[in-house]
Amino acid sequence: MANGSVYTTALMEHNAHPDYKYELANFTHEHEGVNPSCGDEMVLRLRLSSDGSTIEEAAFTGSGCAVSQASADIMAELVTGETVEEAKHLGELFFRMIQGDELDDDEQEALDEAYELASISRMPARVKCAELAWRTLGALIE
Amino acid sequence: MAYRTLRDEKRLTAAGRIEWDSRSTQASALATSQYKRDFPLLLHNPDLAFLDSAATAQRPNAVLEAQRRFYETMNANALRGLYRLSVEATEAINASRTHIASFIGLKGKDDACDIVFCRNTSEALNLIAHSYAPMVLGPGDEVCITIMEHHSNLIPWQQACKAAGATLVYMYPNEQGVITEEEMRTKIGARTKIVSAVHVSNVLGVANNVKRMAAIAHEFGAVMVVDGAQSVPHFPVDVTELGCDFFAFSGHKVFGPMGIGVLWGRHELLKAMPPFLTGGEMIDFVTEQDATWAAVPEKFEAGTQDAAGIFALDAALGYVESVGFDAMRARERALVTLCMRRLSELGFVRLIGPDDPNAHHGVISFNVCGIHPHDVASILDMDNVAIRAGHHCAQPLLAYLGIGSCCRASLAFYNDSGDIDQLVEGLKHVWRMFNG
Repeated sequence: MANGSVYTTALMEHNAHPDYKYELANFTHEHEGVNPSCGDEMVLRLRLSSDGSTIEEAAFTGSGCAVSQASADIMAELVTGETVEEAKHLGELFFRMIQGDELDDDEQEALDEAYELASISRMPARVKCAELAWRTLGALIE
Repeated sequence: MAYRTLRDEKRLTAAGRIEWDSRSTQASALATSQYKRDFPLLLHNPDLAFLDSAATAQRPNAVLEAQRRFYETMNANALRGLYRLSVEATEAINASRTHIASFIGLKGKDDACDIVFCRNTSEALNLIAHSYAPMVLGPGDEVCITIMEHHSNLIPWQQACKAAGATLVYMYPNEQGVITEEEMRTKIGARTKIVSAVHVSNVLGVANNVKRMAAIAHEFGAVMVVDGAQSVPHFPVDVTELGCDFFAFSGHKVFGPMGIGVLWGRHELLKAMPPFLTGGEMIDFVTEQDATWAAVPEKFEAGTQDAAGIFALDAALGYVESVGFDAMRARERALVTLCMRRLSELGFVRLIGPDDPNAHHGVISFNVCGIHPHDVASILDMDNVAIRAGHHCAQPLLAYLGIGSCCRASLAFYNDSGDIDQLVEGLKHVWRMFNG
């Protein structure tokens, strides 16, 4: 019955002090993600390189539960500086993880801190919280 | 009935242990619930503080045994069989109908035939919205509901209004959760064809004055529908005294099985209404191109019914009667009062709903300052405390209250002060996790 593992020190730290929660200036892409069942709202902004291949900076604003906020902060940190193709790949890994797929060591390493959210796959009511940022990113770069 | 009743327990008390009737609300009796013994899930999970009875209650042995007994001793398809076993199943269903009718205040000889079995309150309300509403609703007409409706008594009317070109009008409560007579008279009028209201709110816990609403509805020739899902488990209901025209409730919130619900309607209305679902059992005579309908209530009961569920619902109501609403209500009120006091002492908890604990009917909604309700519920689960968090299927109400979501602890008579201690300690844990 215990599901405490998702509230790790890292998650609580990202929730309390989100480094990537701010209004991004000079953004090239913007999308609002909403999670009606929680009341979570998030605006994700990206600044892509002039050729559109690289995410130079990612940042979010909005409100929601600790899981959604920390997941957004971890994601923004992870994809900043990555190519759009790599960000798509990370998104695929994240959704596989959330659906309960076992990831190999390389894949776990690629997700870095986002892998800390793996246990959310056993909390079906909370999956949407963890996914919100990644779904919003997907809407921007797919 | 074969189940052990609380009367047995009271007999035990005669030997000098506990006087339930007089002491059930005192601190010593609240400390440990003797009633948990009647509920296998609670008995087998002594560490669990189950505070989500408004979502679904636990089932006592009496109900589980009845379900089993039906399949073991009287399993046959009711109504259609000509052999003894089927006749017994039919008789069991009819006996349940009579019991349910009397449970909601209908003691007349023919009243049982106005009890229609459905899956749940939602289906019962959909039946009215699909069958009755099109008979009376037209462009410019109005359906009047309250802002505190569960989606199950909101969306059927929203859709019925859209289909008919009618308008859905809302009644709003004051700060104490009361819909005043003035508000009723502002919203119910000559254009109103249907008034439908939740008897007890699943978020605020308040009981609406549906008797007054019914009287005003009738002044304008409208019918009164009452969603009794949260009232039937908490206090005696008499539909005649309420003066309503339809009343719906679910079995699973009144300690019965999931998947069985009840619609009561005035006979002349049910008789005039077309069927909702069609098929087996609900017909009288069928030709290639046409059909005639069975009488009420069979007209509304297409297909094989959950006979075991109906039989077990009968047992659930019997169990409630054996405990007695007076004892149940006394415990619930004492527990709600204690819980609200303990929560308000925490400082970081904001209670939602009326100040008077006796107006809450087991439901205590709250928020923890700065912490999302879903985080609160997930972390409480780590401490074996089960509460609900979210919009509680009442999004328009939460929007009206200016909150996206909230936490809800809902108590039943089988809870005890230990459950409340566990909730309070769990909330302290939540607070420490977020605030060091």
